[in-house]
Amino acid sequence: MSQASTPVILELKNLKRHFKVGGDKTLKAVDGLSFTLHQNEILGLVGESGCGKSTLGRTIVGLWDKTEGDVIYQGETLPVSYTSKDYKRFSREIQMIFQDPYSSLNPRMTIREIVAEGPMIHKLWKSSEIDVKVGSWLKLVGLAPDHMSRYPHEFSGGQRQRIGIARALALEPKVIVCDEPISALDVSVQAQVINLLGELKNKMGLTLIFIAHDLSMVRYVSDRMIVMYLGKMVEMGPSNEVFFRPQHPYTQSLIASNPMADPQFERDRVRTGMTGEIPSPINLSPGCRFAGRCPKATERCHQEEPKQTSVGKDHVVSCHLF
Amino acid sequence: MSRLLEVKNLTVEFDTYGGIVKAVRGVSFGVDKSKTLAIVGESGCGKSVTVQSIMGLIPMPPGRITGGSALMDGKEILGLPLSEANKVRGKRIGMIFQDPMTSLNPTMTVGNQIAETLRYHDGLSFKEGRKRAISILDQVQIPEAKARVDQYPFQFSGGMRQRVMIAMAIACNPELLIADEPTTALDVTVQSQILTLLNELRKERNMSIILITHDLGVVARMADEVAVMYAGQIVESGTVDQIFYQSAHPYTMGLKEAMPDRDESKTHKLKPIDGSPPDLFHPPVGCGYYARCPNARKVCEKTLPPLFDVETSEMPTSPGSHQSRCFFHHKDAAKLTTLPRDLYTRHTGVNA
Ligand SMILES: Nc1ncnc2c1ncn2[C@@H]1O[C@H](COP(=O)(O)OP(=O)(O)OP(=O)(O)O)[C@@H](O)[C@H]1O
Ligand SMILES: Nc1ncnc2c1ncn2[C@@H]1O[C@H](COP(=O)(O)OP(=O)(O)OP(=O)(O)O)[C@@H](O)[C@H]1O
Ligand SMILES: [Mg+2]
Ligand SMILES: [Mg+2]
Repeated sequence: MSQASTPVILELKNLKRHFKVGGDKTLKAVDGLSFTLHQNEILGLVGESGCGKSTLGRTIVGLWDKTEGDVIYQGETLPVSYTSKDYKRFSREIQMIFQDPYSSLNPRMTIREIVAEGPMIHKLWKSSEIDVKVGSWLKLVGLAPDHMSRYPHEFSGGQRQRIGIARALALEPKVIVCDEPISALDVSVQAQVINLLGELKNKMGLTLIFIAHDLSMVRYVSDRMIVMYLGKMVEMGPSNEVFFRPQHPYTQSLIASNPMADPQFERDRVRTGMTGEIPSPINLSPGCRFAGRCPKATERCHQEEPKQTSVGKDHVVSCHLF
Repeated sequence: MSRLLEVKNLTVEFDTYGGIVKAVRGVSFGVDKSKTLAIVGESGCGKSVTVQSIMGLIPMPPGRITGGSALMDGKEILGLPLSEANKVRGKRIGMIFQDPMTSLNPTMTVGNQIAETLRYHDGLSFKEGRKRAISILDQVQIPEAKARVDQYPFQFSGGMRQRVMIAMAIACNPELLIADEPTTALDVTVQSQILTLLNELRKERNMSIILITHDLGVVARMADEVAVMYAGQIVESGTVDQIFYQSAHPYTMGLKEAMPDRDESKTHKLKPIDGSPPDLFHPPVGCGYYARCPNARKVCEKTLPPLFDVETSEMPTSPGSHQSRCFFHHKDAAKLTTLPRDLYTRHTGVNA
């Protein structure tokens, strides 16, 4: 499904986020990403552990300063570095659901306090309605309202994840960066959360960046999909295209490693597997970042960085093969 | 085939501000030598608590094991005094935790953490321990293990940290490896490498594995046997093929239907199971799945169904190999769409 019919809500222009590590070394966690996000769209973001997905999310919501490049939200270029005032203003619009359900919830706050904190800061709720509001958000994410008075450590991993989701949703933001929102959940609750996000998308005009490792799920829920490798985008296109007809050798090996819920299929599968370690994002060699592990790499791939090439409608790949 | 671990009727509760949570309600299962048992089920249904009880890791208070036993090679391992428990934990049973940050010490190099386990259990000297640590890191495919052994956990990427945890769990050659969501934080390529490694270790060392995961793809790839849990109980168990191709319990079927389809024309909307799991403060007296079950009958509300042998025409099964906690698998109910009155009476002693 193409989303070109709705207006652009968020645009990234050559966005970079680098970290200084060990004195004078630079770790290029996000290294020049450009894409547009249309209102009401669900954009999937996949890639190897450590490729920069969470860093990208955190930079978009202003938790990290931008090293270079711009994030433009509804025509307004967001500050390079957020003041607390900026954060207060934009967190109402752009929220993040955090990856780690263990460390992202304050252990000294009850679930009620955690979910109500944002809306109360923004004066969206009256104190008299807190119980009702928190209860209804908890219900929406599949938790019981009477969980409200309990503390995070009393919940299982998946339950904590849903508390984090309720907290982000309670602010009724316009854009949500969902960082692995479902990986700790069982498949039925996953389905519930996915449907909930889809419903809110339609009802509240929500736009979502959806980060996950489960490729079948990302394919299923998102309109477009971006594949990242070591801080760079290697492929972007309509989800069905990227999943069923992957073009970049890295995307192809990702899809080939995706486990299928079919024992016979798994027994018969010939495992090619990817060899080699993902290189460190510090001291990167020139050329394509995937060249060292790519089965199709040529001399040129080790020397020269590939440019983005169109391989179909709305479908681009950064690879010298094209 | 021989049994390594036999868990019988395990029951665990927690005291909380709101009352007593009945987290595990009579769970029984067995693990054979050199085989993998996968435990799947609803988030919060008691999977982690079950394996933590076996490891003697339930915080008491607020937790309490109120019943049951866990026999390893015929010897009770529940409720051992600390000194005895420490000989089992980390030595005979290794564990990979769901929460990676609680199991690695951030202030200690990775090599020292592994060496310490080896020193404690196998009495190795510091030097020997370090040498073994390097070779184990090598085995879990940490590149440049010699250099990496002196680094701290934060200097490793998520996937490498997960492999360090696996290295620690297998350091003492355990007979049983308990892996609670070992690959949830990993992308599919690293996940695939780790699953291959676990399978190799299982075969090479005759190690058994209890694998907890929500990813049915991982279950399909790894498991010999599968136990499906719901609301603190096992509702279905069988071989991996039985669970995937002859799913019997309505909850298992619901799980399968909730998965994303591979069909290109299908997108966006999924089919979750309606309703929510029961309150474990006041667990239902009957079937835990009653309130959400599309086939529920009156008997299901009042009476807890026992585990019935599932009989399917396609695949003959031996008794106990494929079981379902559902009245529809009572042998007299096999092909019925409604449960007859006499069956209700037989099970409840109540006239319907
Ligand atoms: N605060 C930091 N200081 C230094 N390096 C960092 C910091 N945060 C992240 N990094 C590095 O940036 C890179 C990208 O990390 P990021 O967490 O964005 O990866 P990710 O794609 O979200 O991975 P995962 O799938 O494991 O969550 C990694 O190499 C990581 O080690
Ligand atoms: N320390 C504790 N105090 C109170 N309740 C607890 C505690 N630990 C676990 N519980 C409760 O016990 C139940 C089972 O939790 P457990 O962690 O075993 O779930 P799980 O099946 O592993 O779920 P997940 O798939 O989400 O990890 C949950 O309802 C949880 O709220
Ligand atoms: Mg991340
Ligand atoms: Mg758990």
